[in-house]
Amino acid sequence: MSNLEGKLFIEPERYELSAAPFHQFELARRDFFRILGAGIAVFAIAKDALAAQETAPGPRTFHNEELPKEISAWLHIGEDGSITGFTGKAEIGQNIRTALAQTIADELRVPFESVRMVTADTALTPFDAGTFGSRTTPTITPQLRRVAAAARDLLVGVAAKEWNVAPAGLVAADAKVSDPASGRSLKYAELARDKTLAQNLPAEDPITPAAQWTIAGKPVPKVDGRAFVTGRHQYAPDLRPAGMLYGKVLRPPSFGATLTAYDDSAAKAKPGVFVVRDGDFLGAAAPSADEAQRALDAIHAQWKEVPQISNKEIFSHLKHNAAAKTDDRFRKQKGSVEEGLASAAHRLDATYNVAYIAHAPLEPRAAIAQWADGKLTVWTGTQRPFANRDELADVFRIPESSVRVIVPDTGSAYGGKHTSDAALEAARLARAAGRPVKVVWTREEEFTWAYFRPAGVIEVKSGIAGDGALTAWEFHNYHSGMSGIDTPYVVANQRTEYHPVPLILRSGSYRGLAATANHFARETHMDALARAANMDPLDLRMKNLSDPRLRAVLETAAKSFGWPRKKTQEGQGFGVACGCEKGSYVATFAEMAVDKTSGTVRVVRLVEAFECGAIVNPDGLRNQVVGAMIQGLGGALFEAIEFENGRIKNPHFASYRVPRFRDIPEIEAVLLDRKDIPSAGAGETPIMAVAPAIGNAIFDATGIRLNNLPMVPNGLRSA
Amino acid sequence: MAKPIELEINGQRYPVNYPADTPLLYVLRDELGLTGSKYGCGEGQCGACTVLIGGAPRRSCQIPLSAAAAKPVTTIEGLEKDGRLNPVQQAFLDAGAFQCAYCTSGMIMSSVGLLQTNPNPSQAEIVQFLQGNVCRCGTHPRIIEAVRQAAKMMQEHER
Repeated sequence: MSNLEGKLFIEPERYELSAAPFHQFELARRDFFRILGAGIAVFAIAKDALAAQETAPGPRTFHNEELPKEISAWLHIGEDGSITGFTGKAEIGQNIRTALAQTIADELRVPFESVRMVTADTALTPFDAGTFGSRTTPTITPQLRRVAAAARDLLVGVAAKEWNVAPAGLVAADAKVSDPASGRSLKYAELARDKTLAQNLPAEDPITPAAQWTIAGKPVPKVDGRAFVTGRHQYAPDLRPAGMLYGKVLRPPSFGATLTAYDDSAAKAKPGVFVVRDGDFLGAAAPSADEAQRALDAIHAQWKEVPQISNKEIFSHLKHNAAAKTDDRFRKQKGSVEEGLASAAHRLDATYNVAYIAHAPLEPRAAIAQWADGKLTVWTGTQRPFANRDELADVFRIPESSVRVIVPDTGSAYGGKHTSDAALEAARLARAAGRPVKVVWTREEEFTWAYFRPAGVIEVKSGIAGDGALTAWEFHNYHSGMSGIDTPYVVANQRTEYHPVPLILRSGSYRGLAATANHFARETHMDALARAANMDPLDLRMKNLSDPRLRAVLETAAKSFGWPRKKTQEGQGFGVACGCEKGSYVATFAEMAVDKTSGTVRVVRLVEAFECGAIVNPDGLRNQVVGAMIQGLGGALFEAIEFENGRIKNPHFASYRVPRFRDIPEIEAVLLDRKDIPSAGAGETPIMAVAPAIGNAIFDATGIRLNNLPMVPNGLRSA
Repeated sequence: MAKPIELEINGQRYPVNYPADTPLLYVLRDELGLTGSKYGCGEGQCGACTVLIGGAPRRSCQIPLSAAAAKPVTTIEGLEKDGRLNPVQQAFLDAGAFQCAYCTSGMIMSSVGLLQTNPNPSQAEIVQFLQGNVCRCGTHPRIIEAVRQAAKMMQEHER
């Protein structure tokens, strides 16, 4: 765990920075057709790569045995008419397997049922940096559309040649090419027969506009739904290759502890047990999980612990350990905040604290590793199969081509499954044992040794004029991150700065990243400004917003919620918050019921309007939006990692509270479908405005302003 | 080696050679290959491993083999009959009541258990009964709706 001690900084959007260039793909063309059978394959390749290829000598369509490099998407049409789309993205519950198949079916003009997706397999799919940042819909959807459009053109061309007519008069629809002039038609399956035809295309061709979609845009049910309700789907922890052993890892007593001495003789003496020590790593593999655990229990290990920051001091630590000088990328300034503050009718300064929280995916980190002839195959639930592959290759000093990472559809991630921990552990043990090894983290390991959404401190200084117009805005985020740090409100005088602080707990991506923290601070602050100016909080926002899309979600949600509302009972309160991030827009309204005597706080109703351009699958989108609202409710009210002396104090579902059925309010999600705007991703933004809407409603109910997340881990205690 | 413990799972008998205090979940998954029951916490806190024992929903990670041996056990794999889904499975499918679906087996088994003792539960009763099942994706409203629909289907079937 050397990364816990080092002077690592969280990158503002750390994964984007680590995105590798398009990768060399080593699957040979003959292998491609061997795996998929004969037929027609179309590859979209990056524009730059195509230009380079065009200037290079030789034909544009490749005829050699290597597939072109820098491919971003491809699909295959089999002799039986089956369509297979390929993407390096992973299905982690966000329903891309369905949405991407819809996209291909729509563009290729074939029934939805004839399309299947191959996802997140480093041997079969194009390189992909990872499934994060709400990037699948805006990047992969158009690429697969272009590939499908090109495949359609190719099929038309084959038919035209067959009939010796001009392609322009032919029509591709219902999985066949027809010639209206002669009444002839050929199915795609017939056109693909006996061919091993492959074509590259620039990823630029025109695609069908959303207004003309017939299969995309519809609430198609989740692919393989039946496999999930029958328990047949196999997640990584469910796989059991022949001869497999179970692996367990001996964890240090605290973060940063190093192994100083150990005695594994008793563990090694147990039949069928393999013990591996490699640096601070100590693990065992055995024929059963129980035997592996007993082997670990028999190891006497001594650790040197080092002092660690605890959560009671975390916020002052973050504030006082920020880098003195920050990178230019972290700062933004326009106008003069000082002049803006001087001219303000109302001024308001406040500090907001945000606790560490855990992803707590229900499927814990797990991997099965299998070595054969110096090659390594790993099945693991990860958002970054290619990064896992590269790290495994690096650690074991073997070529990337000798590592294959396969991601079975995974039991959720929320940004928490970017790293290769379980894969590395399983691979180390498997190499020593000479047999496949499965490592499944326990819930306690999951809560302790994964990584967290970082804690943060946010300071805001602000001023508004008598009419509610913002005159000054100064915003400092310490440690938690830059996502969503820019205000969408129009303000001439502003200063925004992100202050990195060396990691305390291992931290990383989380659904929405720091956008949740930054929106909590900003939208709580806007509410407080409205109160200071004696204005309606919605009116104050509208007064300062020019972005029509943000105004539209606010107006829509306000209407569904019935804003402004009159209180009808004691302890009732209403709140609003909004924001935009990653190309999508959200407004959330909350109704709270607070019992000031008992301190009980209950979310009664949440209404959210969400807009992400043209909707690809409204049913899947609704699941994502409602799911984000519920997940956001947990972080808003009670989720927090407690830690002391390098130990997590609440690494169990009994002590780390996640939203459960009794916490679920009446929920309404209003989805705005903008067919005139390209589709953006939707996995993250719907979470951002939940916490401030709830906090603002608590204030409305009680007059108590809560500036820390979580707001009421132990109920409401009046100050 | 002690005498094998005999389990009756989904109508089939399985003799297993495990210590009597081994949690049922590990035998289901690692020995019998019935991986539809999920490991979510191993602490009885998330419900992903829920099975029916003598018709009652139980956290299989907390049930020792000795306690499971005396009664018939039903796992998610045992609900489908002759290619026909159990009404609760069908209702989850119809409602799209899952996202990552890792909690789904446990949710369905708990709901089947609920409807066996309470064929027409109110919303509050469903919420109360499923309180011990975690869905981290936040699909709760659809799960509640699926249980209501399943209750309806089963009552119509009864008539």
